[in-house]
Amino acid sequence: MISHAFLQGYWWTIISLLAGLLVFLMFVQGGQSFIFSLPSNDTQRKLIVNTLGRKWEFTFTTLVTFGGVFFASFPLFYATSFGGAYLLWMTILFSFIIQAVAYEYRSKPANIYGSRTYDIFLFLNGSLGPFLIGIAVATFFTGSEFSLDPMKRVQWHSPWHGLESLADIRNLAAGFTILFLARVNGLLFIIGTVGDDDINLKARKRVIMNSLFFLVFFLYFTFSMLTMKGYAVNPADSTITLVNYKYLYNFFRMPLILCFFVCGVAGVIFGIYITLFRNSNRGIWFSGSGTVLVFFTMLLTAGFNNTSFYPSSYDIKSSLTVYNASSSQFTLKTMMYVSFIIPFVIAYIWYAWKSITDRKITAGEMEKGEHTY
Amino acid sequence: MENIDLNLVNWSRAQFALTAMYHWLFVPLTLGLSFIIAMMETIYVKTGKEEWKRMTRFWMKLFGINFAIGVATGIILEFEFGTNWSAYSWFVGDIFGAPLAIEGILAFFLESTFVAVMFFGWDKVGKKFHLTSTWLVAVGANLSALWILVANAWMQNPAGMTFNPETARNEMENFWEVLFNPVAAEKFLHTISSGFVLASMFVAGISSWFLLKKREEFLAKRSILLAGIFGFLSSVLLALTGDMSARSVAKYQPVKFASFEALYQGKTRAPLIAAGVLKKGKETIGNRNMPDFVFTIEIPDLLSLMTERKKEAFVSGIYDHIKGNVQKGILSFEEKKQRGEIARQALLGYKKAKEEGDAQSSAEIARKFNSREFRDNYFRYFGYAYINNPEDTIPDIRVSFYTFHLMVMLGFLFILLFALSIWFLFRDKLDNNRWFLWIMVFSIPLPYLAGELGWVLSEMGRQPWIIQDLMPVSVGVTELKTTYVQTTFWLFALLFTALLIAEVSIMIKQIKIGAENKKP
Repeated sequence: MISHAFLQGYWWTIISLLAGLLVFLMFVQGGQSFIFSLPSNDTQRKLIVNTLGRKWEFTFTTLVTFGGVFFASFPLFYATSFGGAYLLWMTILFSFIIQAVAYEYRSKPANIYGSRTYDIFLFLNGSLGPFLIGIAVATFFTGSEFSLDPMKRVQWHSPWHGLESLADIRNLAAGFTILFLARVNGLLFIIGTVGDDDINLKARKRVIMNSLFFLVFFLYFTFSMLTMKGYAVNPADSTITLVNYKYLYNFFRMPLILCFFVCGVAGVIFGIYITLFRNSNRGIWFSGSGTVLVFFTMLLTAGFNNTSFYPSSYDIKSSLTVYNASSSQFTLKTMMYVSFIIPFVIAYIWYAWKSITDRKITAGEMEKGEHTY
Repeated sequence: MENIDLNLVNWSRAQFALTAMYHWLFVPLTLGLSFIIAMMETIYVKTGKEEWKRMTRFWMKLFGINFAIGVATGIILEFEFGTNWSAYSWFVGDIFGAPLAIEGILAFFLESTFVAVMFFGWDKVGKKFHLTSTWLVAVGANLSALWILVANAWMQNPAGMTFNPETARNEMENFWEVLFNPVAAEKFLHTISSGFVLASMFVAGISSWFLLKKREEFLAKRSILLAGIFGFLSSVLLALTGDMSARSVAKYQPVKFASFEALYQGKTRAPLIAAGVLKKGKETIGNRNMPDFVFTIEIPDLLSLMTERKKEAFVSGIYDHIKGNVQKGILSFEEKKQRGEIARQALLGYKKAKEEGDAQSSAEIARKFNSREFRDNYFRYFGYAYINNPEDTIPDIRVSFYTFHLMVMLGFLFILLFALSIWFLFRDKLDNNRWFLWIMVFSIPLPYLAGELGWVLSEMGRQPWIIQDLMPVSVGVTELKTTYVQTTFWLFALLFTALLIAEVSIMIKQIKIGAENKKP
């Protein structure tokens, strides 16, 4: 018999992995945020939009799946966070709705509002999306002002319904971390896929400043995370208490996770390094896998080792843990069987993509009348 | 809970309705057109004729324009369960979340991966791989419809779960009962066939326009042939599954079924009202007036025949479920409310026993919730404990009656139109009957209308329940300031309308351009 606690851990691992993948896949958004600053003419812009445009569906599908999986495995989080931090999540949603149509309609005749409008949509999605998701992720550590009644209905105690988290400097640091990381990954992806020397050169130049900004915000957030008080749950009686240096302690208690975290950071830095100093086109592979590892492990520390992954700063006993927020043992087990199909899904995605992206994207291909954005 | 602002409930419902209805403007075309494209490409691969490739690519272009906006409107719906119906999300998340997660893992990735191969892979992968991808897009799109409809069917007919007083929620007990919920199977088949009909009408209508303009004759006639046959078969399937659906509504949601026909007093040998007009009625229940007919066209015995396949079958009316019908074993509203209240008190008793550390009492109550007898006789009416007036359990009769009848009439019209289009095509008389081509062009919006009517009927017809008999919408809603929901409602309305205008404009332009400028 597989225990409930094992299943809760299993699903928290999947959630964390999906979160890591999502942050990595937001290189599409990061790339979009350069839509006005990187290209010097329409052809270059078209190239950049098209190289990113062939990947937007992955980010989007991962986001949707992330939502669905969170709902199925930790429904109390779904109810509490989405219902409570209503305005924050709605703003995130708005920033994502405009993406799909922007790609598809920007270069179509009779698109009513003109390509520039759709490019602004791409820019908004590219900048706001990662930033706000960063804010939301940060609340997994910094907490929110909510309480739950005996029927587990959420009461949010800030009239700003989620937007108040923008006032916490640690949350802002996380928002900017993910934004600048997405931008760096976006640049590295463009360097790796666009066959245009001019774009490449300009992208490489921009990697420097964006990497620096990323590092500053990342270090600030990591430092404050490791030094802040965390919400610890006692699994025996479900009481929750504040513990000094909880996340630092978590890392030391789970050295493998710490090791992966450090590898992730090293991967991101190595990706940037070979792009800048070795003129490599393959930086995205390292920074991408590094990004997945960093956020995968960060989320693991947020939920593992008896930590509340969605703390309430208003009413500590309402804080959500993998134990009190999860689905039943039966549902988690059933879903675990479904999750065994994931490697197969990854395999066909890999195969399908390999077969259509065997060479760099060029201006010539854009003129050939293929399906272009 | 009792002091939840009704205004908030209504705006939250309006927002969900708005996003769902916008989403449903785009999804059915994806469901059906993906299959039509796959069939065209199959013919291309089999025959090697470039004309078929051109045709495939033309419809694929329109598919892409529609697909993007369908995706955009879809993401909102998933998250809205959490944002606007958070109490609901916890109460049933253990069951309801699973289909949504499976939808993502199983269907969305399939669809989005192979849609990329379909669009970008023409010159990069082999013909057969490309064709397989196109088919997989169709399968993926329809699979995602399956999972969301399984979730919806569960709300209409909750199954496969038990209530856990400890967590104050329903928990899944049997996955197969959730998946093979009879309502889910019918809903799925009825919904996808409506998508097939819509896409067929879209293809046939646009092709008819080409014939009227004397353009793209090869493309237009072949498309009409394919869409005509596919549309005809689908519209017959649509009617059959509609009949199946009606039967299961009669069984699992009898008040909703009675509202379709504005049937107040149950009867045997009940006639089907084929058409009718409603006016203000003589009777009221509480503050609700029950509309009467000005006139009706009836088909004797058909309603009884529809529900149980026999003339003598008893079809219950709305009053039977309000006042009760001892003879037929139907409980009155008051009885159901009492039973629901007993279940609610048991839950409160459990919470109290827990607080007081009375392990024996809490264990006893937990056992009670687990017993089949308590579940079938008390807990299944749990939602009634939150409803004060009997009239609040009756859906809007006018909305149900008119949406149902208009939808059914349109359904029959589609069978006729597809049959005629095949007839004219085989007798080579399409070009001579321009009136018919114009009818086909102007019929394009009709399946859209029918689909929206179907959803209005399905969802408004089950009011006040968010989960049939277990939870009313007023209890499932997230407690927010109404102004926030109003604000997001208007923002969605504005954005979706703006995007819809752009979509239609781009679509029309691409149709006018035609397939000509595409290099083979």
